Amino acid sequence: MTDMLSDNETQGATDLFSKFDPLIEMRKGLLSTGVTDPFGLVMEKVISPTVAMCNGRETILLGTYNYMGMTFDPDVIAAGKQALDDFGAGTTGSRVLNGTYAGHKAVEEALCDFYDMKHAMVFSTGYQANLGIISTIAGKGDYIVLDIDSHASIWDGCKMGDAEVVPFKHNDIEAMEKRLRRIPEGAGKLVVLEGVYSMLGDIAPLKEMIAVAKKYGAMVLVDEAHSMGFIGPNGRGVAEDQGCLDDVDFVIGTFSKSVGTVGGFCVSNHPKFEIMRLVCRPYVFTASLPPSVVATAATSVRKLMHAADKRAHLWENSKVLHKGLTDAGFQLGTEEPQSAIIAVIMPDLERGAMMWEALLHEGLYVNLARPPATPANMTLLRCSLCAEHSAEQVQQIIGMFTRAGKTAGILG
Amino acid sequence: MTMDRAETSARIAALIEPFNKKGIEITDATRFTDDLEFDSLTVMDFVAEIEDGFDIIISMNQQAEIENYGQLVDAVVKLQG
Ligand SMILES: Cc1ncc(COP(=O)(O)O)c(C=O)c1O
Repeated sequence: MTDMLSDNETQGATDLFSKFDPLIEMRKGLLSTGVTDPFGLVMEKVISPTVAMCNGRETILLGTYNYMGMTFDPDVIAAGKQALDDFGAGTTGSRVLNGTYAGHKAVEEALCDFYDMKHAMVFSTGYQANLGIISTIAGKGDYIVLDIDSHASIWDGCKMGDAEVVPFKHNDIEAMEKRLRRIPEGAGKLVVLEGVYSMLGDIAPLKEMIAVAKKYGAMVLVDEAHSMGFIGPNGRGVAEDQGCLDDVDFVIGTFSKSVGTVGGFCVSNHPKFEIMRLVCRPYVFTASLPPSVVATAATSVRKLMHAADKRAHLWENSKVLHKGLTDAGFQLGTEEPQSAIIAVIMPDLERGAMMWEALLHEGLYVNLARPPATPANMTLLRCSLCAEHSAEQVQQIIGMFTRAGKTAGILG
Repeated sequence: MTMDRAETSARIAALIEPFNKKGIEITDATRFTDDLEFDSLTVMDFVAEIEDGFDIIISMNQQAEIENYGQLVDAVVKLQG
């Protein structure tokens, strides 16, 4: 007992925050150059899916993932208001207790119809959908084989579970196959892929990759967060576009992008899928989405089934912007536009932040992405187009980029 | 046929060469992050080299336990069973 501290002695405290000192210093360094904090922007008023007021200035939004512009759709808003009146502001409960309302069942039905699949399970966010499904289905002794550029929610799902986690080089079919081949016989295997990778906006060769995964007896989960509503004949995503959706065991998606509200989901044809509702902790131990949110989501998902015109316009916007920025001399994440994300590669974080600020002064909001979230430690200005951006706005955007690129010294 | 520790170590030493940019002397106690200054991208490429070289999997879970060269050699010996 002699090594215990007596009542009026205290031990030198270790500040648990000292591990963040390098990041705090880096931020200080960046902000001391006088640039606006790129992670502290406030939207004072939102005028439409493509325009908001920021710092008192009217700003074109080009970094919101609001691909289909559903946030202000009149039918969507009316459904949300009605649900607020009829069902109240929140459910105050888990999906498995008092938190399943008619609206939660309705949005799951809408998802089954949208994807033409038998089961749909709605989570409070897409992050939780990945966290929950991945950590629950891959257990001790199983193997998860995943792309190294996977979204944080996929990595966190791996970390939360007990499976062996085996990453492979981005979109590298051979590297994936080698790892599948080396997994001990009899072990359960889950391959995790994304349709569109949100950092560079590139798509995966899902058809080839899924064929390899199936050859080794793996189950396949594809995160289609950035493709819903506009890629594939029915907007079901990259797997549908490449004709391999039938071989996908689990599709993960979100309401926070094309659907225009918040929430996440998993759809599947697995015959035992419904058991997930009882064993998946990020589904059970959290409150369900508010009635207004599921009502807006259901209305939006159903409208996305008939959005061919919007979809065509979104693709047109992506192509025009991609070409405009390439012609202006910017280096982009993909040679051809593969999705509605266009990533402009910056030489370093400092000039990336300067360019970001110069764009904001021009009246344009884009997403600044920096290491460690980015592949190969790149600094990116990520642009995501919206079906509601007009052709004139896209031209305006190209002009803003060109001027800001000169101000920030990115363009010669 | 399994290799003994010395043989495995010699092969890993050869594989590590191109990643050892500063030509630091490698002993069992050499740490990948602190001494060789591997960042996460280098770790990924290096692990892939080792995996391909020995036809094994070193999962992220196992990588978390490996901090220095000696631990890597032991892990590879064990993984070759
Ligand atoms: C690929 C991917 N998966 C999942 C998510 C999580 O979605 P949510 O915003 O619904 O949590 C995102 C977006 O943040 C994403 O980009």
